[in-house]
Amino acid sequence: MEKFITRIKPAAGFSTGFKELWQYRELFYFFTWRDIKVKYKQAALGILWALLQPLGLMIIFTFLFSKTWPINTGDIKYPIFVLSGLIAWNFFSHAVANGSESIIRQEKIITKIYFPRLIIPGAAVLVAFFDFVMGLIIFFIFCVIYKQTIQLNALLYYPIAIVLLLISVFGFSSFLSALTVKYRDFRYTISFMLQVLFFASQVIYPLQSVQQNWVKYILALNPVNAVIELLRSPLSANYNPDWAIVGIGAITAVILFVSGIYLFKKTEAYFADLI
Amino acid sequence: MKPAIEIRNLGKEYKLAASQRYLSLRDIMSGAVKNLFTTNSGKKEKFWALKDINLDIMPGERIGIIGSNGAGKSTLLKIISRITPPTTGEAIIRGRVGSLLEVGTGFHPELTGRENIYLNGSILGLKKNEITKQLDAIINFSGVEKFIDSPLKHFSSGMQLRLAFAVAAHLEPEILLIDEVLAVGDAEFQKKCIGKMEEVSREHGRTILFVSHDMQAISTLTEKVIYLKNGKVVFTGNTSEAIQQYLSDFNTKDKVYNAAIKANKPCITKVFVETSMPDNTQESGKEIKFVIETHIPEPLHEGIAIAIQIRDIKNRNIIHLSAVDSEEPICRKQGINKIVFSIPDLKLYSGKYIIDVHMSQRPSLYKYETIRDVCPFEVVLYNKEHNYKWQEEMCTYLEDYTYKNL
Repeated sequence: MEKFITRIKPAAGFSTGFKELWQYRELFYFFTWRDIKVKYKQAALGILWALLQPLGLMIIFTFLFSKTWPINTGDIKYPIFVLSGLIAWNFFSHAVANGSESIIRQEKIITKIYFPRLIIPGAAVLVAFFDFVMGLIIFFIFCVIYKQTIQLNALLYYPIAIVLLLISVFGFSSFLSALTVKYRDFRYTISFMLQVLFFASQVIYPLQSVQQNWVKYILALNPVNAVIELLRSPLSANYNPDWAIVGIGAITAVILFVSGIYLFKKTEAYFADLI
Repeated sequence: MKPAIEIRNLGKEYKLAASQRYLSLRDIMSGAVKNLFTTNSGKKEKFWALKDINLDIMPGERIGIIGSNGAGKSTLLKIISRITPPTTGEAIIRGRVGSLLEVGTGFHPELTGRENIYLNGSILGLKKNEITKQLDAIINFSGVEKFIDSPLKHFSSGMQLRLAFAVAAHLEPEILLIDEVLAVGDAEFQKKCIGKMEEVSREHGRTILFVSHDMQAISTLTEKVIYLKNGKVVFTGNTSEAIQQYLSDFNTKDKVYNAAIKANKPCITKVFVETSMPDNTQESGKEIKFVIETHIPEPLHEGIAIAIQIRDIKNRNIIHLSAVDSEEPICRKQGINKIVFSIPDLKLYSGKYIIDVHMSQRPSLYKYETIRDVCPFEVVLYNKEHNYKWQEEMCTYLEDYTYKNL
């Protein structure tokens, strides 16, 4: 019994609480499992929904930017080019949109039971990650269909890209979800912010083609650009990732991760009082 | 032996931002502009929900926590279960804590009964393999075997409750915190749950902290009681003594309930009773009126339901009155609405009574507010002729009747 001594004190100081998060890993799993299950249970097409949206956008953007107003993407075929950007962007936007509202949506649970609150935005991110993995599979299938050659050694960048994407999304979602608890109308700014970020992400255009360096490096602050840069590198022998873009994006990703978790942990004790 | 729960100088202060609890950016900005021109820097109302609480609860004790609404009972449980941090002092908890502040926390209508057992169980702190081990027992206990693999939305509310209780009853933490949850559900099943919890506590020496307004449940389930009043412990000890003291404080309750307007949701601003005699004294057989004023911040599209529960000194429910929007428009207009309930000839027997007022949304049944233990009134039988002396507790109410010698 002595194992389970809990000292309850006024909230002070800061701890990451990763050890505790690990103790609660099953709850983490159940929250993620519930959300994925519920999301696809009602839909007749089920998991296909995760794929239809990026595919639909791929067709529209291909129509616009490969035929109507062509964008030069080197020897990467445009549908593949845009799909590689879309799967990363979709993950980012869905995870941030859901993650930032996740805490207020789970209001009832938060006021009734204790668990490390980071599980909630964490689960929201993992639900979106599930769709991302599906998207990635479809992406490779399309690479085969379009006979896109793939530089196998450049696939080693993928784990780095996925880690960057996960930490930036997790940090950003935690940051926004904590802020939304205190300032409710913050959520109305999120969809607008995501719209702006979409155009600041190299989904439909290659960032390397931006002429002015200062514009390019400001856009590189967006970590999604670093991720897409890495995701596209296996697609062409001539397409080398611009390491400045990747580096700047990686720094933002780490800052988002650290500051997001810091703000979240600083305020989480009072969620139940504020919500 | 060391106490299972050791509480030292525990206090919890809440800051009440004028009328709403969370802020919007708009308020912050407009507030900042205002502050530029005034020296008064945003004074916030503060109050201590709990203050200077010192308690030692030994392992295996079953403790009841009583007190009127706002006395700090739920806040105490929330601090012990770590949902909210204290402002001062500390609490040392020795053992795993299971808290049951609500039944069916996290239930999802789209998932099957079985899936919900896993979800709810893990929210309540059970490990997956513990749930799997107890799954059959939980399903059996709930008595909803037939439906266990269909989505929860097809369950009746009674069945959902049974399932929720079944999971809760199989929690096996060293310390169990229960808040009022037993007030819902059918009496038969409640008994079964209390029985199961008692069994758990007796056999395994588990510590139980039980919050309730229901003195009957308190006296059957607990042997010791903590009586809270305005955030302070006023009595700790033997259950029957504590209940005595609680009941004797009955008369000092608010005769008129008044509350500030909440800007963001409908609320009850005033409750009072109009009795046939002054000083909240009512003659049996005369008209009595209950007046409720509500504040509606913006015109409502959904209906509202308001209910009054009249209870006697032993906390037994005696009369239930309700006003439902579907029958007659209620609280539709913006601002203050006044609803008057009238009983033309109150047939209650002499004694002391108190009321609870509930306001909820229709048809979702979402509770806007519940106000407990207000407007105590005393019924007297001055005008009733009787050939022999009225005795205490001779009956609950007086019916009109005639008799004949045939």
